[in-house]
Amino acid sequence: MNTLPPVDALIETLCAQIRPQIDPARTALVGIHSGGVWVADILHRALGIITPLGTIDVGLHRDDLERSGLRTRMRASMIPFEVAGADILLVDDVLHTGRTIRAAMNELFDYGRPDRIRLATLLDRGGRHMPIAATFLGQAVSVGDEDEIVLDRAATGAHADTLLLRIAPRTGQRAPD
Amino acid sequence: MTMTRNPQLDQHGALKHLLSIEGLPRDVLVNILDTAKPFVSVAEREVKKVPVMRGKSVFNLFFENSTRTRTTFEIAAKRLSADVINLNINASSASKGESLLDTISNLSAMDADMFVVRHAQSGAPFLIASHVREGISVINAGDGRHQHPTQALLDMYTIRHYKQSFTGLTVAIVGDVLHSRVARSQIHALSILGVPEIRVVGPKTLVPDSFARMGVRVYNRMEAALTGVDVVSMLRLQNERMDGGLLPSAQEYYKSYGLTAARLALAKPDAIVLHPGPMNRGVEIESSVADGSQSVILPQVTFGIAVRMAVMSILAVG
Repeated sequence: MNTLPPVDALIETLCAQIRPQIDPARTALVGIHSGGVWVADILHRALGIITPLGTIDVGLHRDDLERSGLRTRMRASMIPFEVAGADILLVDDVLHTGRTIRAAMNELFDYGRPDRIRLATLLDRGGRHMPIAATFLGQAVSVGDEDEIVLDRAATGAHADTLLLRIAPRTGQRAPD
Repeated sequence: MTMTRNPQLDQHGALKHLLSIEGLPRDVLVNILDTAKPFVSVAEREVKKVPVMRGKSVFNLFFENSTRTRTTFEIAAKRLSADVINLNINASSASKGESLLDTISNLSAMDADMFVVRHAQSGAPFLIASHVREGISVINAGDGRHQHPTQALLDMYTIRHYKQSFTGLTVAIVGDVLHSRVARSQIHALSILGVPEIRVVGPKTLVPDSFARMGVRVYNRMEAALTGVDVVSMLRLQNERMDGGLLPSAQEYYKSYGLTAARLALAKPDAIVLHPGPMNRGVEIESSVADGSQSVILPQVTFGIAVRMAVMSILAVG
């Protein structure tokens, strides 16, 4: 049962919401590894953002390190702009418990004190553990607790930008995001 | 040592102490190097701290003085948000006659989570690791002539940073290989990571032919050893070697084994120069080489903190 909408449509919805609310010359985009970076990369071009794209790996700020340990293949966060005073749009693929967003905001504050942080996600599947909401949302969806939503990207070639959402049974003991 | 299982690994093969490079699987080393990468960028932030070891206590136990190594471990632990307690044991209990294991039992009772141990006796960190209670990790910060695993790991990180991979490299280790725990750890790490040609070079008194048993090529002439290498790893010449009759004088040593610009020119044009510090300029290395464009000695220091952060966080949270 795959009832998830096509990514293109969700991106279009997001762009329509975001465009009147930002200044492409001033707003900075930060994608959360890994799905959020892919989405942010597309939004960055579609919205004509001037500031180079930032990326965040929340691995070092996760609140379940004691239980789950460090992930292998952690990536370095790259914030190629001055965070102090910045107007930041944080981008992720799926909003669930809100823990990832909490960790990403903590990580951002390690670089400085932003003026404002807003959040854009493709999907919101509910099930929040934190008082966090998306400022801009592609679509709210309902999936079972035992399932997770996975964002895939075509690896190479002309379709390198093609993103696909699918539902898969939850694997491993990693706490939900 | 007659041990069937590596005491550094738990039953699932995960690292629980870092005592020696010898016997560690390649994927454990690669995981440490990969994990260090995001930690390099932590130093570039306004807040140079991540909460990975918040609430944990790291005890730096230095039975042998080393301000530099102790400081890098201290910075690494603090950037991981751990509490750091520095103990210079020479100056305290050991001089009052307390045994090593009594000292460890006492400190364990203070709820330590990790011991970073530097000791003049080879094997002391192994002894400590075998006595601490489950859940406490021990990192060897240099034991006698035996091992200095985090130094070798930061050297490997530096080599990979500049050379991308280990396969196809020729690495020369220069100097007092016989007494060097750094050299021993480097040789193990380079072999495990797949460096096809490791050369060691120095006078016969400090680089005996028996090193060939470690799978390295032994040279006693600098010119031959440096020709065509990708990496030149210098060792510090300790002054006490002169007194022991193993070397005639610092000047003589420099004449034959000092890394001069002329000798470095025999290496590949893009060869890099490593040194674990502190350097003796004019004894093992020419000043212009130490400060030259091929020197990666200061990046080693920077990477060293990230690598120690990686080791500590892998031990602390898995």
